[in-house]
Amino acid sequence: MDELRLTFHRATAGQPLPLPLSDESVQAGFPSPASDYFAADLDLNDLLIRHKEATFYVRIAGDSMTDAGILDGDLAIVDKAATASDGDFVIACINGEFTIKQFRLAPGGEKGRLVAWNNRYPSIEVCAYDDFRIWGVVTHVIHPLKKRKPHERG
Amino acid sequence: MQLYGLADCNNFYCSCERVFRPDLREAPVVVLSNNDGCIIARSEESKRLGLKMGTPYYQVRHLLETHHVTVFSSNYTLYGSLSGRVMSLLSRYTPQLEPYSIDEAFLDFSDMGDAAFLKAYGERMAADVRRSVGIPISVGIAPTRTLAKVASKYAKRYAGYRGCCLMDTDDKRRKALSSFDVGDVWGIGRHLAETLAGHDIRLAADLADKDEAWVSRHFNVNVVRTWKELNGISCISPDDSPEKKSICTSRSFADEGVTDLHLLEEYTARFATRCADKLRGQASCCSGITVFAYTSRFRTEQPGHVIHQSTVLPVATNATAEIVGHVLRMLRAGFRTSARYAYKKAGVVLWNICPQNAVQQDLFDVVDRQKQTALQRAVDHINRRNGPDKVHVAVRGFSSDTGARCDRRSPHYTTDVNELPVAFAR
Repeated sequence: MDELRLTFHRATAGQPLPLPLSDESVQAGFPSPASDYFAADLDLNDLLIRHKEATFYVRIAGDSMTDAGILDGDLAIVDKAATASDGDFVIACINGEFTIKQFRLAPGGEKGRLVAWNNRYPSIEVCAYDDFRIWGVVTHVIHPLKKRKPHERG
Repeated sequence: MQLYGLADCNNFYCSCERVFRPDLREAPVVVLSNNDGCIIARSEESKRLGLKMGTPYYQVRHLLETHHVTVFSSNYTLYGSLSGRVMSLLSRYTPQLEPYSIDEAFLDFSDMGDAAFLKAYGERMAADVRRSVGIPISVGIAPTRTLAKVASKYAKRYAGYRGCCLMDTDDKRRKALSSFDVGDVWGIGRHLAETLAGHDIRLAADLADKDEAWVSRHFNVNVVRTWKELNGISCISPDDSPEKKSICTSRSFADEGVTDLHLLEEYTARFATRCADKLRGQASCCSGITVFAYTSRFRTEQPGHVIHQSTVLPVATNATAEIVGHVLRMLRAGFRTSARYAYKKAGVVLWNICPQNAVQQDLFDVVDRQKQTALQRAVDHINRRNGPDKVHVAVRGFSSDTGARCDRRSPHYTTDVNELPVAFAR
């Protein structure tokens, strides 16, 4: 097996994040030579979110997607503006309730299935003209690995 | 050619509730005011049931149950959050966005392209907002803001417009005005409409077809300006809005804009002070406050930023200190320090305006209103004698925690990690 290689980046998210940007605007003297080496730290928002205004967070409840690695309590990042393609994981509205499923489009593009990733749950057949709605496309799932104390559960 | 767009969110509060309740897409929905007092928003289905704005909840409770109308307590946190998303998207479509209320904004569309381009552009903008945020909007495009408002009402009324009505020729303008009630024109209230009816002016076209001398002989300067706007001469901006439904103060910043939070605080505090002055000048109070600031995002791939924060107070106010306090608190909450953004335009909008003698009291009010009124009166007195802003607000914080009734409030879906929408995996 290949050697496992990991690259580390400093990650920051949200605000506040004070940065020494104002250095360059100091009027007196020469600009600091260090400014040539300045780069902003990576921001998870930029890495995970493409359409800022169309991005919503959705909590997952249940175990029908466990085989896809999406577990009860996970946080899904959902892009409402993205178009669902065959194979995408989507939030759909069925019988007045949000559900997460994988979207599979049959050849021909008129029929499709919403597939659960757990043998115990059946797939749902949908027709492009049916009264079902894809609410958004799941782009990432955040799954905490460190156990939280009971009172920290969100 | 000078052209303005108006983007108006359809039945905004109801549409916000529906974003997270797609099952209510075609069902009747109403939203109630603070403390579940009366109806303040209706979906089209609810309008068709004959439900009226401002009707006390207890009077129609039975009717609502009979028709299975879904009733929501107002969730201004959610509405403010989605409003910010809508405004942020709109700012990509124009070099000059002028937010006008929580659910409306004017856009400068001058010299952008020919009629075919603009019509498609407006449709695309409406589709984008619909798809990205889930809020349906109606867009009107015309040579004046008053006419843009008329056009947006047509866009809302007829699905054939696909969300955007372009009123760019004289012909289209005449046709539209001749089937538009004068009372629905921007700035013509019910009272004025009755007076106009006395002169046999019932349609917008009836007013537009009078000559200017006649209008200025019979009415004040505001009606003359509305007359001009109806005839395609632009002369009203949101900052001197003829309507008493919202009060705005805003400005654009030249050159590279404003990057410093302290400077932005100073500007917005000044805007808030001016708005509050106007509010007291017309003997009104407001309970809705919006602060906005945005970078230029038109035709650029540069990362930009939009601050657009709104709040609703449990008790309406016209006190400068209180309004400034809220504006600064919201501005700071929306300001990003992770990057250095250059804000090109900023402003304050006050909405939910009511006469100051009709302010609803709140059992859980945390402010001593009598003391506050006395203080404001003293400050106004000093400023009148010694020049404007001799006494002004430094900076203050403000808490608005109350125990208001909101039994049917939907979750804070977008702003509270403990109230996120849930997708069932079952």
